[in-house]
Amino acid sequence: MPANSEIHEVDDLATLESGLDALETSVVSEKRFTPKRVALKVAPALFAIAVVLGIWQLLFALKIKPDYVIPSPQMVWSSFTAQWKLGMVWPAVQNSITRGFIGFALSVAIATPLGILISQVKFARLTLRPVLTGLQQLPSVAWVPAAIIWFGLSPSTIYCVVILGATPSIANGLAAGIDQIPPLYLRAAKVLGISGFSAIRQVVLPAAFPGYLSGLEQGWAFAWRSLMAAELIAVSPELGAGLGQLLEVGRTLGDMSLIVMSIFLILITGICVERLFFAPLRRRVLRARGLLVE
Amino acid sequence: MISTDQSVSLDINGISKRFPGGASIVLDNVSLSIAEGEFVCLLGASGCGKTTLLNLIAGLDEPTSGTISATGRTSLIFQEPALFPWLTAGKNIELALKASGVERAKRKEKAQELLHLVHLDRSYDQRPHELSGGMKQRVAIARALAQESKILLLDEPFAALDAITRDFLHEEISRVWKERGLTIVFVTHNVREAVRLGQRVLLLSSRPGRVIREWNIDLAHPRNIDDPHVAVLASEITAELRQEIRRHAR
Repeated sequence: MPANSEIHEVDDLATLESGLDALETSVVSEKRFTPKRVALKVAPALFAIAVVLGIWQLLFALKIKPDYVIPSPQMVWSSFTAQWKLGMVWPAVQNSITRGFIGFALSVAIATPLGILISQVKFARLTLRPVLTGLQQLPSVAWVPAAIIWFGLSPSTIYCVVILGATPSIANGLAAGIDQIPPLYLRAAKVLGISGFSAIRQVVLPAAFPGYLSGLEQGWAFAWRSLMAAELIAVSPELGAGLGQLLEVGRTLGDMSLIVMSIFLILITGICVERLFFAPLRRRVLRARGLLVE
Repeated sequence: MISTDQSVSLDINGISKRFPGGASIVLDNVSLSIAEGEFVCLLGASGCGKTTLLNLIAGLDEPTSGTISATGRTSLIFQEPALFPWLTAGKNIELALKASGVERAKRKEKAQELLHLVHLDRSYDQRPHELSGGMKQRVAIARALAQESKILLLDEPFAALDAITRDFLHEEISRVWKERGLTIVFVTHNVREAVRLGQRVLLLSSRPGRVIREWNIDLAHPRNIDDPHVAVLASEITAELRQEIRRHAR
């Protein structure tokens, strides 16, 4: 075959392939944040909040219980503004978030090697996994009295409870993510000559990341709950303010508005961390892999 | 048959494979010798152990008896592209380059070269889910070539693709084979595909897998799927394949 006809053929294949590639891949338009799209997302949540406030106001107006048992939304709001002016609210929120993050980070540091261990070593899986699954069932508030005796009224007590609460979920989530890796990826890694520690770092962990991420989300939820349980019980001047301690102050004073306000703050802080940190991270990871259904 | 002027690239000597607990033998005393730069197609119905044979050559599995010797590294391409979905097309190739010891500074350029080879110059930053089936398989070919191995093993690589894409990829693989001087072992259950691509087609029996016949095909590459020689040979091989399948009727 003459040389230039061959060159022509190669060119032709390149053009053909490029044409078919264009036909087979659709151009996806990037969705933008327009005011209308934001409004459509926010409106249902605002509506739900309005309904809850309405029912609450109605219960108050019906005077089923006296106002020191069921305070009105207005009373809780005044309590919030009063406490804010006294400088009680922000340090408590700040303290709790800091403790939550430190406890969560420690849990991640402990749970990640643990999750890899139970997924890779059969003996560890047989022995540790039932223990972790059992611990996941145990409400972490049960650890508070023990932790107080071990560590006294110190930050260690709080971190101990948070770690015991969050670690099992994170480790189990990672192990489950690793178990669900399609065997094809592991075969591909082997064929490419990636093995041992670099296989774990470059293939196993990234492949398991969606599962790990659900473990992290659940772990954060457990960390936050454990933190509140610990703060509520472990109250001492050295520990300083926290949302749990604020709740305990409300209980001691019999101030229902303060209690309800603290509950809201705990709820809102939890939601904020989920919305501002985990939700965007999850969307990014899933979108990059084409797993996000929009 | 191997002519004397070519050196052997892959020597398979009396390979048998029986899986633990499995009653029957998957591969029974298979011997074959593949010359450097040769394009060999292994053809057979289900149960002929063709995938097992490729896994053995690739070193993913150990034979029960027999020996395999290859002159260099082998790369295996699966039916599914097996790209890592968390990496872009370019980074998938760079991971293979890294595993082959290519230094960091040269990886991007090499990856782009390989993408150019499979006509995917613009796909460096695309993620696997943004690519069509044929494009993914071409990235998989580029990734396999990143290993610098001279022996390419393909396990029904185009079986899951549509007819148009498969047609293009036949041209693609035959071009890459010539350009790179590769030795190719191509497993398929598609007779026409085998005849279109292979310089040699080996027919395997099923349960157990043995080489029962082989054809040497001297037609020049690239071959046209409508070539009358291809059609005649394909019907001859099909008849033989059906004969083998009929043997298993109860």
